[in-house]
Amino acid sequence: MPLLELRGINTHYGAVHILKDVDLAIFPGELVCLLGGNASGKSTTLKTLLGMVTPTTGDVVLDGEIVTHHSTSYRVERGVTMVPENRRLFKRLSVKENLELGAYLRTDRDGIANDLERVFEMFPRVKERLNQKSGTLSGGEQQMVAVGRALMSDPRVLLMDEPSMGLAPALVQTNFELIQQIHEEGVAIFIVEQNANMALSIADRGWVLQTGKVVLDDSAEALLANPELRASYLGESGSV
Amino acid sequence: MTATANDASTFEAPGLDWRRQIRFSAIGALSCAFIALAGMPVGLDRRSIVYPVLSLGYLSLFWVPFVLASLAGSQVVLEGMGERERDTRDLAAGALVGLGSALGLVGLMILVKNFNLRDPLVNWSPQLLELLSFNRSTTLGMLLWVVLGTTLGLLGGAMHVVPAMVRAKILTVVLSVLIVSVLQTFLTDLLEGFRLEVFTDFIYYKRGGLEILGALLVAVLAIAIPLLVAGRIKGLRARVQKMPPDERSRVNLVLLGVGAALLLVLPFFLGKIANELLANVGLFVLLALGLNIVVGLAGILDLGYVAFFAVGGYTTAVLTSPNSPGFSPELPWPVALIVVVVLTGLVGLFIGAPVIRMRGDYLAIVTLGFGEIIRLLFLSDWLSGWFGGAQGITNIPGVDVGIGTVKGTDPRSVFLLVLVFCGIAIYVSWRLEHSRLGRAWMAIREDEDVAEAMGVNTTSTKLMAFVVGAVLASFSGAIFSAKVGSIFPTSFIMLVSIIILVVVIVGGMGNIAGVIVGAVVLIGVLGGPKQPGLLQELGQFKLLIYGALLVWMMLKRPEGLVPNVRRSRELHQEEFLQDAWLKGEIDEEDPS
Ligand SMILES: Nc1ncnc2c1ncn2[C@@H]1O[C@H](COP(=O)(O)OP(=O)(O)OP(=O)(O)O)[C@@H](O)[C@H]1O
Ligand SMILES: [Mg+2]
Repeated sequence: MPLLELRGINTHYGAVHILKDVDLAIFPGELVCLLGGNASGKSTTLKTLLGMVTPTTGDVVLDGEIVTHHSTSYRVERGVTMVPENRRLFKRLSVKENLELGAYLRTDRDGIANDLERVFEMFPRVKERLNQKSGTLSGGEQQMVAVGRALMSDPRVLLMDEPSMGLAPALVQTNFELIQQIHEEGVAIFIVEQNANMALSIADRGWVLQTGKVVLDDSAEALLANPELRASYLGESGSV
Repeated sequence: MTATANDASTFEAPGLDWRRQIRFSAIGALSCAFIALAGMPVGLDRRSIVYPVLSLGYLSLFWVPFVLASLAGSQVVLEGMGERERDTRDLAAGALVGLGSALGLVGLMILVKNFNLRDPLVNWSPQLLELLSFNRSTTLGMLLWVVLGTTLGLLGGAMHVVPAMVRAKILTVVLSVLIVSVLQTFLTDLLEGFRLEVFTDFIYYKRGGLEILGALLVAVLAIAIPLLVAGRIKGLRARVQKMPPDERSRVNLVLLGVGAALLLVLPFFLGKIANELLANVGLFVLLALGLNIVVGLAGILDLGYVAFFAVGGYTTAVLTSPNSPGFSPELPWPVALIVVVVLTGLVGLFIGAPVIRMRGDYLAIVTLGFGEIIRLLFLSDWLSGWFGGAQGITNIPGVDVGIGTVKGTDPRSVFLLVLVFCGIAIYVSWRLEHSRLGRAWMAIREDEDVAEAMGVNTTSTKLMAFVVGAVLASFSGAIFSAKVGSIFPTSFIMLVSIIILVVVIVGGMGNIAGVIVGAVVLIGVLGGPKQPGLLQELGQFKLLIYGALLVWMMLKRPEGLVPNVRRSRELHQEEFLQDAWLKGEIDEEDPS
């Protein structure tokens, strides 16, 4: 059974039709990616999954339960978390407070303490900067805190919106290694990316979104080999 | 980054920035002319600071050259940069700024003497010219200003040349004299309570201000007292610092208890005037603490906060006064308070529900509207059968507390009651700030969408902020009602919202201690919208000063007067630099 699923989703912003009959499913422990150009509706898809946008028609299914009209907190409580586009830390709060907010809905103190240790292990730098205002962190450090904050909710599926955006090329590589590492711990990951080559090199499966429609749905290898995709998305540089 | 922090200077500090000095001269000239034309020197001349040499009126001008000269000379020392050697050029720079400021006045004097612009500028008057000429000939007056301005500027510049210790001493003396002079009513009242009138009789001039000898005595004490006790306090501090954390927190708790106890006995040593003043201050502390939760913690810019103060006040009046025109159950105040809290909380929900869907400027405008609507409802003929319209509700009884009655004619009892409620409000604020709810508020303040993505129920969380804020305001309203004995719609004008907001901003949004200090200083010294402060003479200039303070704070110290302990711990020099460094990058990344 899929962990998280979109069934025939149509989403409008006002009268504008953004997502058109989108179907996708994320299975437990999978690493999948959603590719697409600017304004194709990637972030909207992600927000629909998390419940920050309510679709006009269609269903969002979590663990077989239809949660289309359930709140975001309901879904977060059940293991869905996101790392937002541009990281978006709570800038005037300290790193520690940011991490604590990641665990906002949890009440298991021991579990939280454990996960905090896990984050420190993964990012020793975060531990050094615990009392610093997060807005003053460098871009790379902010990325660590953003991922750490998401992990603090002990997610089963992590939704990442363009995790490599705005990172230095050297950091992009590290970042993807990190995503794989989190994936290996058993967390399902859903990456939204424009950096198609990189995303497909670590993903199991992927979708390609074009003006709100899923135009390709295949395994990562097949997508990498797909001539259409190569022509329109991968190009020379490998990014859109 | 830390490795280089302690290295010797790697680049030379830039020299004295003359353009900055000239810019500040111009600011000084304009400020002086503006203050003079706003009428402050003439209007405030009656109140002495040091009798007979310095009046509040002259002080409103004298501070300009001094403060601007020292501001112009201040320089941020960056990491890796040696501090510039200070020399006589700094004195010259200060003198220049002072002279510039004085020239603003000299120019104004020439204009006032030769032209008549009295029509648009009411203060363009012979009295102004006379005052600016120190009651001598205009030419002599101008000369005196040049000399005075230059000297004060020179002193301002000298602040950077003298050793830090001397600077600290000078500032202590100047500030002590000013503060003691401003606190005249309060201190006279307080010392009378201890039968120490001799002291205040000696230092103060009867009609306001310190005597010269008194000022000297204050100056001597300001230097002597720190010398006598500084060592001991440092020793105690160090000892507390060395204690294990739980013992230290116990010491803090004891100190807090002692402080609270002192505050509770304070009213008994104060006379009517001081108690009245502090009761008013306390009412605003309550309001400011409530608004601090809404604006400071949850980041909801509520410009109609007075609405809840009004609902609290009117509900109390209706429920307790025998003169309530419609419904008049004449409940005792404590019982009424329960109804008041519930009802105001509900009004908070009712106003909050539509408002919290909005964000930013829209929200601010709508709350402003709601604030006015509530006042207009109380004023309206339509509801005058309930609230008495413009006649308001009179004959509101005091609070019967068994051993006596809290009522306006006995300010001591009011102050005590206010203190109790302030205690409750502080405790509630503090607990909330460190609670899960408090954290959710801060998350929403920082980034509402992301807060939602973390699982915060933003709707109910924001509503909670509205309700808690409303309830704290209703406490204030309920006490206010019992204190003044009769209430009218005019007590709840928009200005009240604005003043409370200024108090919160100046004190430091989201900072409990700051907000309290802000309320005590601003309301205590300047006064509230209708309530006089220590400097009663300020009267018409009160709002001007509030406005100027607000602008200055927003520009220079957006974090407020009292630095947040938690925040300032985080903001070391290093991070300040990083902040400046990263600003461009972060702003680019996140356009929202
Ligand atoms: N709140 C909103 N109101 C109206 N239109 C919106 C809103 N949010 C997004 N849109 C529009 O919906 C479309 C899809 O936006 P979305 O953010 O999902 O794109 P995206 O694929 O994530 O693009 P990018 O790669 O640039 O982030 C865009 O045309 C955008 O302008
Ligand atoms: Mg996007």
